[in-house]
Amino acid sequence: MRSLIDILELSVEEIDELIATAEDIIANPAKYQEVCRHKKLATLFFEPSTRTRMSFEAAMYELGGNVISMASASSSSASKGESVADTAKVISCYADIIAMRHPKEGAPLVASMNASIPVINAGDGGHNHPTQTLADLLTIWRKKGKFDGLTIGFCGDLKFGRTVHSLIAAMARYTGIRFILISPDELKLPSYIKKDILEKQGIEYLQTTDLESVMPELDILYMTRVQQERFFNEEDYLRLRDSYILTPEKLENAKKDLCILHPLPRVNEISVGVDADPRACYFEQVLNGKYMRMALILKLLEVKA
Amino acid sequence: MNIDSIKNGIVIDHITAGRGMKLYRLLKLDALDCPVAIIQNVQSKKMGRKDIIKVDGAIELQMDIIGYVDPNATVDIIRDSVLVEKKSIDLPEKLQDVIFCKNPRCITTTEQELPHIFKLTDQEKGIYRCIYCETKK
Repeated sequence: MRSLIDILELSVEEIDELIATAEDIIANPAKYQEVCRHKKLATLFFEPSTRTRMSFEAAMYELGGNVISMASASSSSASKGESVADTAKVISCYADIIAMRHPKEGAPLVASMNASIPVINAGDGGHNHPTQTLADLLTIWRKKGKFDGLTIGFCGDLKFGRTVHSLIAAMARYTGIRFILISPDELKLPSYIKKDILEKQGIEYLQTTDLESVMPELDILYMTRVQQERFFNEEDYLRLRDSYILTPEKLENAKKDLCILHPLPRVNEISVGVDADPRACYFEQVLNGKYMRMALILKLLEVKA
Repeated sequence: MNIDSIKNGIVIDHITAGRGMKLYRLLKLDALDCPVAIIQNVQSKKMGRKDIIKVDGAIELQMDIIGYVDPNATVDIIRDSVLVEKKSIDLPEKLQDVIFCKNPRCITTTEQELPHIFKLTDQEKGIYRCIYCETKK
């Protein structure tokens, strides 16, 4: 029995395999619509989330399975003081697989150490969010047809942005990758990621505060939201939230086949005017997230179509 | 300064000067009821200065703690006043409840019965990270 807590638990080959399954689901949805019949997914979301939770639920329904969940974190047993370990043991009696989001880093790992069913990390604080990375990877794959040799720009909150950290870790395993890290000084990529992943593997990267000057070089532009919930200090949040706003004007010098990604929800960091641009891929990315979650559920439940 | 030689016990030698007390504390040697000596700043040909800990009692040592505090230390086991074993020390792969995660966002801050587990992630630099949140110690 396997869980997925960190994207790096999946080998490059396994990611290829998930992408192949997702592509097959997209091409032949009918083939998959009953494969998880009588299986139950428990969605345990201890932190507000709409899209990730609904994506998991939609994924399970499209596989013919069922979903059980708690109404909200405040009405859950956690609010009565139950430990994550106990919750995981109890839910293992009801469901076949768990998707868990929790504000505390490491909570899904604790759940996986105690559950007797697979646990999928659906986001733990500012730490990991592997299924978002799977959505990002499928979108890059479908747009570019490759992972090697891409120049990827990350823009916005690179300090607390867990989706950024996970995607950097995942993409760093391919050859010829170049990262351009665009952020205000206060929200730079943590030095341990630079040292432990980029410098250790000899991956080329550039840090800058200026988005427009690097725009022509990018194959992928990954925009992020400055997340209020990651700040202990309201003042810092208000000062930094409008650091980068992507507008059609800023895209004038961008490549014709640039792929603009965003883990969503956006606040104002991508102006609505960009949505009509064929290079805007963030809504497709949402759909791809559902397909990759379907592929992952199948893999962890060891169900074949 | 004279300290009696040990009959049955353990000598932790070649401790980097200044780390003896930390080791004493983490190994909880203050809780033992046998004689324990901690000798600091002893002259050493190899190291210049070193610390030594002598425990005159047959106890089970947590070698991972010694490895974490000072992988260059040596451990001699004495039986009937004879050196019977020299144990080599390595940086332990895992530390449990030796060091504690201070990241306020870590699950260990709210679930206090969880063991604090750190894994060695960089052998060369001796870097340990919390298994839950990956924060560096």
